[in-house]
Amino acid sequence: MQTNFLPHLLADPDVALAEKILRKCVHCGFCTATCPTFLELGDERDSPRGRIYLIKEMLETGRPADAETVTHLDRCLTCLACMTTCPSGVDYMHLVDHARAHVAKTYERPLADRLFRRMLRLVIPNPSIFRLALIGANLARPFARWLPAKFAGLFALAPKRLPPPSWVDAAQTIPAKGARRRRVALLSGCAQTALDTAINEATVRLLTRLGVEVVVAEGMGCCGALEHHMGETDAAHARAAKNIRAWTREIDGGGLDAIVVNTSGCGTTVKDYGHMFRNDARLAEDAARVSGLARDVSELLADLDLAAALVARPRLRVAYHSACSMQHGQKITTLPMELLAKAGFEVVPIPESHVCCGSAGTYNILQPDLATRLRDRKVANIATVAPDVIAAGNVGCMVQIGTGTPTPIVHTVELLDWATGGPIPDGLEALTASENASA
Amino acid sequence: MSLTMPAPEPEILAARDDLIARLREIVKPANVVHLDRELAPWECDALTMYRQKPLVVVLPETVAEVAAVMRLAAELNVKVVPRGAGTSLSGGSLPLADGILLAMGKFNRILEVDFENRVARVQPGVTNLAITNAVAHRGFYYAPDPSSQIACSIGGNVAENAGGVHCLKYGLTTNNVLGVEMVLIGGEVVRLGGKHLDSEGYDLIGLVTGSEGLLGVITEVTVRILQKPETARGVLLGFDDVKAGADCVAAIIAAGIIPGGMEMMDKAAIAAAEAFRPCGYPSDAEGLVIVELDGTAAEVDHLVGEVAKIAEANGATSVRVSTSEAERLGFWFGRKNAFPAVGAIGPDYLCMDGTIPRGRLADVLTRMDELAAKHGLRVANVFHAGDGNLHPLILYDAAIPGDTEKAEAFGADILRLCVEVGGVLTGEHGVGVEKRDLMGEMFDEVDLGQQERVKCAFDANGRLNPGKVFPTLHRCAEMGFMHVRSGDLPFPEIPRF
Ligand SMILES: Cc1cc2nc3c(=O)[nH]c(=O)nc-3n(C[C@H](O)[C@H](O)[C@H](O)COP(=O)(O)OP(=O)(O)OC[C@H]3O[C@@H](n4cnc5c(N)ncnc54)[C@H](O)[C@@H]3O)c2cc1C
Ligand code: SF4
Ligand code: SF4
Repeated sequence: MQTNFLPHLLADPDVALAEKILRKCVHCGFCTATCPTFLELGDERDSPRGRIYLIKEMLETGRPADAETVTHLDRCLTCLACMTTCPSGVDYMHLVDHARAHVAKTYERPLADRLFRRMLRLVIPNPSIFRLALIGANLARPFARWLPAKFAGLFALAPKRLPPPSWVDAAQTIPAKGARRRRVALLSGCAQTALDTAINEATVRLLTRLGVEVVVAEGMGCCGALEHHMGETDAAHARAAKNIRAWTREIDGGGLDAIVVNTSGCGTTVKDYGHMFRNDARLAEDAARVSGLARDVSELLADLDLAAALVARPRLRVAYHSACSMQHGQKITTLPMELLAKAGFEVVPIPESHVCCGSAGTYNILQPDLATRLRDRKVANIATVAPDVIAAGNVGCMVQIGTGTPTPIVHTVELLDWATGGPIPDGLEALTASENASA
Repeated sequence: MSLTMPAPEPEILAARDDLIARLREIVKPANVVHLDRELAPWECDALTMYRQKPLVVVLPETVAEVAAVMRLAAELNVKVVPRGAGTSLSGGSLPLADGILLAMGKFNRILEVDFENRVARVQPGVTNLAITNAVAHRGFYYAPDPSSQIACSIGGNVAENAGGVHCLKYGLTTNNVLGVEMVLIGGEVVRLGGKHLDSEGYDLIGLVTGSEGLLGVITEVTVRILQKPETARGVLLGFDDVKAGADCVAAIIAAGIIPGGMEMMDKAAIAAAEAFRPCGYPSDAEGLVIVELDGTAAEVDHLVGEVAKIAEANGATSVRVSTSEAERLGFWFGRKNAFPAVGAIGPDYLCMDGTIPRGRLADVLTRMDELAAKHGLRVANVFHAGDGNLHPLILYDAAIPGDTEKAEAFGADILRLCVEVGGVLTGEHGVGVEKRDLMGEMFDEVDLGQQERVKCAFDANGRLNPGKVFPTLHRCAEMGFMHVRSGDLPFPEIPRF
């Protein structure tokens, strides 16, 4: 696509990169076909091609963002389905990152919106505050209808039963069972450690059982994705830098074979640290090293001998939901399904599996209407394959889909942990009781 | 750009605010887009060379809204440009500065699938591939498969009479559409055809298919769906001379074989595809032919052998027959990605669309190389070989001053060449604005006059998508037509709603 950037703007390497990305787009419109917001709204401005155009118009002159452009960028889920579909290799992810940073710098949101976003940034990445907030949400639930509509999304997502903090999320080194085959660092995640502690516990059990030593590094915290997607580049970079330093100490110390992430949304961001710090003389090298070692937990498991550890379990019918950050962000498509099949489950694909469930980080809190439409679409698609249980590799999707269906939803590693001798995942007890009876 | 569109009408531009206010009474206010900074995403379709922001964009959600907009357009004498998915390569949905752009994206529902009668009734914004996806679980599909099928809308397919790789055997859009609902300028809703193959009276669906948004706004389409062939296999043929490849294509057809698809690529296109993502095409070949045979397993196995024999007799330097579904898809990969592959080296490309008698292919390619040298640009060719439809992809760089004009001139020369050798200006992408000014090369005044009379019968004031297809649209009164506003009804026999 032709661009007309003011020449002096191109001196900024980020703008120059955006221009290069824009030039690659041939305006063929293929990406519109898989964009969840275009599927729902049928409006060019809410399609990738339309957003690319709006971004182009804004960046070419460097003018401040306007309310309309912001509206359409805010509606983007950053699901990256457009990148999977685009035959021309347009790097929408880094384009929209840059556009969001431009919005954050040049656009003043209405006060209520600003405060709300600031609150999310304060609360979610800090597990202890987040836990308090969730308890608060539960206490306030009866009064929800007197609170501003903005909070509705938050209330919908707050789980009714909160787990206590888990031992597994404290900084420590957890030795492998038996001979040590690998040494990895685990990203504990931020919201995950408050919302669903079972995931990290299952991950650690499973990995150590398979001969992996797991390090929960001192100083590691939220990956920065939340602020990154809000365009708050500096805050996001500060969090990322902390993690890079924490893991670099481990790489240079005891050594690491991988940095394991079991929340694919965070995995996409950690794998991008190298890009985020590419122009930072002090951290570029370490960041690239960290990104190079980052693996989704399923990628690590594919290298380990799962088969040898299997125990007999009922053959449940599992619908695998591929998170956008998994399939589009990290391009991990069939691997988790192969692992589940190898572990003895009947794995069924979900129709329209490329379409986002509406979770998308804080999207379901910031855009509750669209998020709910997408959730209902996803739940209806899942229902067509009538599974016993839904598996996913991203806590955000689990919470989001969980609010719309009575079918239990668990993390892929919880099923794999169970299949290799771990405890039965929460919510499956009833299912297996009847399965056992009929078997 | 060296394209002249009808001059914007000052009285319409002056009355813009009033028009916007009236439109906001018809559709949800949020579905009327009018701020200048919001209009850019609609300023072009996939032919990005020509761009124009519309006066206003309207996103209707119901047929009643479309009808009301069309009534208002007639009342205020405002032009209307329909738009589907905006993938046209001929600028068919290029907006007008003084026109409403009627974007049909919200009409994206499948209304009915009737397996018994083997038809699907869909809204016009449904994508071509979505129709197949909706019926695939019962082993059915919608046959015409433009390369843009993932994104282009069925409404746009009808408007352009779109074709694809499999149209050699299964026909173009026109052979697969059974019914159309359409809103005429002035707001009347008419239904043509239905679930059956033929209907009484004139074949008006045939007229509407390929009408490029000049006759009415399509609001519903009934298409035929087919049972998927039991099996399909591909044959990949390399030739060290394009003429041999073209002769081979002719020989296959002459032998009475109708392949599901038969495509050809020249050396430049092969190289672009291989550079984009290696797909195992013979790198030393001057020309490549991909033949797909479908049907029952026994039939296909037999035909594959026949095609291989014919290819060898015609001097093929390599013959590969697919032995798995993955391999068959692999044969198609480079062809299906030819456009983005060329886009990757372009950086911009202009896709031409002409049809020539198959026997003239080698000659046309040689002369095209001469034209490329003359204009100082590169060209790569992909070719629906079975039906003679040529897609030269002209590479240029819009950032280099003068390159765009060179590409336009080169393209015009190519199309003149097609006409000169006895071919036609378009195969499947439509005339739009891209080939509008070349219509005179193909048709004389009398021919064009007759075509315009059809336009006048539907749209006497030239309000629907003017500036497209016809180099100059005469006033219908000059052609012996009365201005029909809301009194007399043309085609009184058509049922109206
Ligand atoms: C990469 C690429 C590959 C392509 N390959 C092929 C191919 O193989 N074969 C092929 O035939 N085409 C191909 N095309 C061209 C294009 O996809 C087709 O012409 C398609 O039919 C256009 O559909 P659309 O929905 O995008 O229509 P648009 O581009 O939006 O509009 C096209 C025309 O249809 C009219 N129109 C659209 N919707 C309506 C409606 N509801 N009522 C009345 N008029 C309407 C518009 O006014 C305009 O004149 C390709 C395009 C691209 C970008
Ligand atoms: S698919 Fe890629 S090239 Fe085509 S419009 Fe979308 S981003 Fe641009
Ligand atoms: S990231 Fe997702 S929502 Fe955003 S434009 Fe791409 S496909 Fe659409």
